[in-house]
Amino acid sequence: MFPSQIALGLAQAGIAAILALAVVLLARRRNIHLEGDAAIALLRGIVQIVVVGSVLALLLKAPRWTSIFLLTGMVLAAGSISAKRAKNIPGAAKISTYSIAAGAGMVTAIMAWAGVIDTAITSLIPVGSMIIANAMNTNGLALNRFRSEVLAHTGEIETALALGAAPQATVRRYAESSIHSSLIPAIDNLRSLGIVWIPGLMTGMLLSRADPLYAAIYQFVVIAMILASSGLTSLLSTTMIQSQAFSPAEQLILKGAE
Amino acid sequence: MSAPAEQTHGEVVLRAENLGREVADKTILRDVSFHVNTADLLGIVGASGSGKSSLLRLLNRLDEPTSGTVYLDGQDYRHVPPRELRRRVGMVTQRAYLFPGDVASNLRFGPAQRGQTVPNEEVVRLLERVGLPGFSAREVSVLSGGEQQRVSLARALANRPEVLLLDEPTSALDEESKVGIEELISSLVRDHGLTCVMVTHDREQARRMCNRVILLEAGQLVQTGTAVEVLGA
Repeated sequence: MFPSQIALGLAQAGIAAILALAVVLLARRRNIHLEGDAAIALLRGIVQIVVVGSVLALLLKAPRWTSIFLLTGMVLAAGSISAKRAKNIPGAAKISTYSIAAGAGMVTAIMAWAGVIDTAITSLIPVGSMIIANAMNTNGLALNRFRSEVLAHTGEIETALALGAAPQATVRRYAESSIHSSLIPAIDNLRSLGIVWIPGLMTGMLLSRADPLYAAIYQFVVIAMILASSGLTSLLSTTMIQSQAFSPAEQLILKGAE
Repeated sequence: MSAPAEQTHGEVVLRAENLGREVADKTILRDVSFHVNTADLLGIVGASGSGKSSLLRLLNRLDEPTSGTVYLDGQDYRHVPPRELRRRVGMVTQRAYLFPGDVASNLRFGPAQRGQTVPNEEVVRLLERVGLPGFSAREVSVLSGGEQQRVSLARALANRPEVLLLDEPTSALDEESKVGIEELISSLVRDHGLTCVMVTHDREQARRMCNRVILLEAGQLVQTGTAVEVLGA
């Protein structure tokens, strides 16, 4: 019926867009005007994703070693984005980048070495991007929580400093709670896997007619890898960020306006 | 409470020289110089926003002066490791900020940072000194405001400081607790020779407790002398 898979995809996108617009019109009958925003969002969405798809189509034909550069680019972007969650903490971008590179890089490398991930660019890039993106989110959550905890406990921290405590000892428990809370989404994802949600990778494998049992097990592998890399990233970044909250003279410099 | 002696005491233990602090181009303190003798109870008084607490925080280097320095026993404090400096120049703040747990663990906190343990007898002695005998095993969460402030004082004393900085130590307390803490601080100075620098917005309190007073206005030291000289009779 359709001359190519792309034509089929465009037809499917059209039906999905019509459905979305129908909901917008339904909302309009209740005086909720989403027409302008929804139309622009739908248009932007299709253009952006088609551009990304075209770039990926080119990249996926590239030689295997190019994946290193692509993953490095993703890590640099992830470090910069998640560092924004650590406002006023000097060196946050560098720490985030190092932590994501180490956390995501180490787990990806071990799994590739063990043969769990295929090193073909078609496999390494999608799986690697999932791991990096989740490490980025966890890192952002950990730094944001650490910053909030320190700002909320300035009095306790400075009291401990005034009693002669080492700077890192005064914020250790806030760093620990930051690691814990940053990993809650990853742990919940693992806990609810298959019950509450069937993640994208498994959906993709099922759509491409992989064995459902293998798709399910492989999805677990990826989610477990995400937990490992996120945990490592969070541990590293909160360890490194602790010293950034203090001056060389052991004064708390991460605090509200004086 | 007996009126404090209106003369300076022993040798100079702490000397601030031309201390200044600017934050984001705003002058918090400018060119403040004074000294503290052993067994002094020096009051820092001034209106709200005059820089009293900011000055106190420079004395144990919780904040960094942007000009000037402080000499502790004649040594520039920038050459003293911060943890040692803060052990020697203790601090008690307006709120006690006790750490979760019992009273004894709070008293042991400071020495534990240097790997030292405080024996039970010393904990008992410190608690008796601050008027809390038998409080060793009490959870800090059940203490009243006045009791918490006494524990905070004992916790600072456990470090055996040469100078104790007190930042409005009674301003968060009710009248009865306030009188108790005032008497306690005065007795620590009078009977144990403790050297204190106390920030207070309460001129009457400074008159009651301090043998010397410095007056700050808009971040500048405008007068220094005995309580009567600075605050009037």
